[in-house]
Amino acid sequence: MKAGNIRQAFTRRHLLGQAGLAGIALASAPAWAEALVQLPLPGGPDERSMTTDFPQKGAMVLQRSRPPLLETPFEVFDHGVFTPNDQFYVRWHWAIIPTQVDVDKFRLAVRGHVNQVLSLSLPDILSLPRVEIAAVNQCSGNSRGFFQPRIAGGQWANGAMGNARWTGVRLRDVLDRAGVKAGAVQVRLNGMDEPVVPDGPDFKKSLDIDHARDGEVMIAYAMNGQQLPVLNGFPLRLVVPGWYATYWVKAISDIEVLDQPDDNFWTKTAYTIPDTPRADMKPGQTGVKMIPINKMVPRSFITNVKSGATVQANATTLVRGIAFGGDTDVARVDLSSDGGKSWQATALGKDEGKYSFRQWQAPVSLPAAGNYTLMVRCTNSSGVAQPDQANWNPSGFMRNIIEATSVTVT
Amino acid sequence: MSRTIVTLALLSAAAAMPLPAEAQSSMTLKSVSIDLPDRGIMFSGEGSDAVNNNCLACHSAGMVLNQPALSAAAWQAEAEKMIQVYKAPVDQKDVPAIVAYLARIKGTQ
Repeated sequence: MKAGNIRQAFTRRHLLGQAGLAGIALASAPAWAEALVQLPLPGGPDERSMTTDFPQKGAMVLQRSRPPLLETPFEVFDHGVFTPNDQFYVRWHWAIIPTQVDVDKFRLAVRGHVNQVLSLSLPDILSLPRVEIAAVNQCSGNSRGFFQPRIAGGQWANGAMGNARWTGVRLRDVLDRAGVKAGAVQVRLNGMDEPVVPDGPDFKKSLDIDHARDGEVMIAYAMNGQQLPVLNGFPLRLVVPGWYATYWVKAISDIEVLDQPDDNFWTKTAYTIPDTPRADMKPGQTGVKMIPINKMVPRSFITNVKSGATVQANATTLVRGIAFGGDTDVARVDLSSDGGKSWQATALGKDEGKYSFRQWQAPVSLPAAGNYTLMVRCTNSSGVAQPDQANWNPSGFMRNIIEATSVTVT
Repeated sequence: MSRTIVTLALLSAAAAMPLPAEAQSSMTLKSVSIDLPDRGIMFSGEGSDAVNNNCLACHSAGMVLNQPALSAAAWQAEAEKMIQVYKAPVDQKDVPAIVAYLARIKGTQ
């Protein structure tokens, strides 16, 4: 894999594509540039290609082809609380991602501050007690494209999130087989992805030992009843219910129990937020204490009415959408049709578990012609409600402002 | 299987600390091999050589083209971040040309 200064995990197609790029790519549009989608990002660019060119994936919003950043088209969230595997968003940090996995040869190492180093096969893992949980996986930077001032990075709209029923084994059960030694402080997960440049920081994330052993954090081998798509972390990915997806390490092959706090770049330096309410600070503000991003906060969305839609006066429209409570249950979802002056409770759909999306719906009848702003607000069972002011931080993390949808009544 | 899961989910919901539902049934995983699509377009126009030569090893051009307009100082900071943090093998003498190109095609002025 090492070739000079740069390691490349190119497939044959890549090499052919690379060779041909200079000659043809500038002259002809790539095959996936067939359909375009508009993302309502302030100041643009707001146009993205829709792509069906990624293996095991259906139609996705192309944010970046390499390493893949694929956004779930927002209308998918109107179809139900579980996001289909083939339209579940994709995010990789480095371009060397595992494209071939032999299930007979795969091994998961468990090592470090343990009594017994393990090398577990997939059958070993599947033989452990099986658990299932419905949980939202949301990128820390979901909705980054809406921050103002704008921030460099993946320019996501609201589709860097998804909800799945995850099946797998408790991380605790795997750790207990190895036997965690006294004095362990964190557990570090590493996947099979690798930096393209030899000195680049390998993507690893750590959880505190008590969190890793809480019985909820799991190693998933299936989502929505199927093995994981490769781009979502086949064969094994970590599931950290209620926490941002940066901790949900994909294609994990190595678990290391640490007796010192992890000081690797991705745990200690990257993915940090201001230690302030709503992770909010002013652009350019200095001296702000930064901490690793952690638990999610509540969000809710209207999924069946698009901004700019026209509705008839005095006709009842059933407005519906999804909500999630972040690190705990959805307690209530309220809807406003007057820009947040007054709110009505919505009816919640089936409870699939505290970490899942939950559907909500409410009848809305607008009496007179004019412009209206629909707003939806989730409050979780800890009493945390979505704020009416946007947060800002230098990485564009943890956006959860109350969403507004403009409609015109005729 | 789903009946078992529902039953156990109810049981664990009654416990003091909610835990994932537990079920017993077998699942087999199948080996997979995928090909990823080509990496897409390159940068074009005046001054694009420095960007094509230094930036595309790690990420496709689309990542840059989808960025909002940023100040030259912000583009300078992005280039430095790629070099210092992600160890991108960028030739230092190319940095001014890279920043100038990005500020031209994605600048705030």
